[in-house]
Amino acid sequence: MKKSVIILIVIAVLAIWGISKSVGFKNNMVTMDENVNGQWAQVENVYQRRADLIPNLVNTVKGYAEHEKSTLTGVIEARAKATSVNINAGNLDAAGMKKFQAAQDGLSSALSRLMVSVERYPELKANQNFMNLQAQLEGTENRITVERKKFNESAKQYNIYIQKFPNSFFAGFYDYEKKAYFEATKGSDKVPEVKF
Amino acid sequence: MRYFKQLLLILALAISSFSQAQDIPARPEPVALVNDFANVLTQQETTALESKLLTFYANTGNQITLVTVKSLNGYDASSFAYEIGEKWQVGKKGFDNGIVILFKPKTNESKGQVFIATGYGLEGAIPDATSKEIVSNEMIPYFKQNRIYDGINQASSVLMGLAKGEFNHQQYAKQRSSSNKKGSLGFLIPLFIILIFSFIGRSKSRGQRTMGSSRSSLPFWLLMGMMGSGSRHGSSFNDFSSGSGGFGGGGSSFGDFGGFGGGSFGGGGAGGSW
Repeated sequence: MKKSVIILIVIAVLAIWGISKSVGFKNNMVTMDENVNGQWAQVENVYQRRADLIPNLVNTVKGYAEHEKSTLTGVIEARAKATSVNINAGNLDAAGMKKFQAAQDGLSSALSRLMVSVERYPELKANQNFMNLQAQLEGTENRITVERKKFNESAKQYNIYIQKFPNSFFAGFYDYEKKAYFEATKGSDKVPEVKF
Repeated sequence: MRYFKQLLLILALAISSFSQAQDIPARPEPVALVNDFANVLTQQETTALESKLLTFYANTGNQITLVTVKSLNGYDASSFAYEIGEKWQVGKKGFDNGIVILFKPKTNESKGQVFIATGYGLEGAIPDATSKEIVSNEMIPYFKQNRIYDGINQASSVLMGLAKGEFNHQQYAKQRSSSNKKGSLGFLIPLFIILIFSFIGRSKSRGQRTMGSSRSSLPFWLLMGMMGSGSRHGSSFNDFSSGSGGFGGGGSSFGDFGGFGGGSFGGGGAGGSW
């Protein structure tokens, strides 16, 4: 009699502990998951901003730089590729992230090729419209860096949280998966050497 | 010394475990809007700028902070400025109306760098292209002559006008292209209006002398109205200082002003080097 009461009490306490933990976990997860999703939206937002700048940029350059057709086509193609790759914030897995990043990096390098070739056209460089676009493009690249970093921070917070015990148990139970990170582009961590 | 450094490192890591905090200067205590870590300004200049920025903050709620550093510790000027903005939380929470002006002096080995970072909330009022114009037109010409204070002062005036909505970025661009004079146009516009009206008033009163004083006093009333609006500004400033006690009164833990308040930066702004 007495023994069964104690066992019942222990079970009840464990159940209450488990439920309250689970509720706490679930609530925290909702917040963190939404943080990551919101941050992902910001990342897509700034990439979209860059994509939106390109038609205007291409048109401006076209007027001055007749001989850069292939570079311009490269930019347009890379843009089309980049805007076609979209990942749902809900499944930010490593494979999808890699694809997204590859497409965006392709656009980045096409754009930087364009910006290098533009150096040969002093009239274009002095064009007010072009200078504005250039400043906007630089600003957008800065925004991309910032938002990517913020995304990585929120994803890291999330990943740490779901891997801790006992959260790891609940994460499996509720089917929360690790989020992928943005990785630095190869070679971008090295400062380029300038020689004259 | 080594222990001290380790302690600092641990502290910095504890404050912000995710960013590379040890390279970015920590938020100074007490908080000030002018943070001349590189010692490029005289005491007088610092005080003048601080009070200018404080008044602006008290009137509009926008926080402009100047940070000068000796070295960027391997960061881009842009990243460095954003990191400061995020870490110090320049601007108000929800409004994100902070601006960080980062300045690194030119040395024999390295270029001088300057960057204006705008918080999310000010990206509309101060687009990147405008930041770029401010940097290359108001700042760098002065910096090249080693007139650091003049450049920063000039740029802060334009930033204030833009943030306040006194004039917008298109007007700024137009004003600049029409005359390359570097005058503070905030002063000129009302002066111009007064001048025009006083001419109109005079010609009118000359035309109908019998009507007399009531007409000719138009510019006078205009002037009074302007002064009135000016003093209204002043009183709201007083309200702020007496009401919250944040200004000068030292009601908050930061003493001089309410402190930085949770603003966030998303990569807006532009910079330049010389």
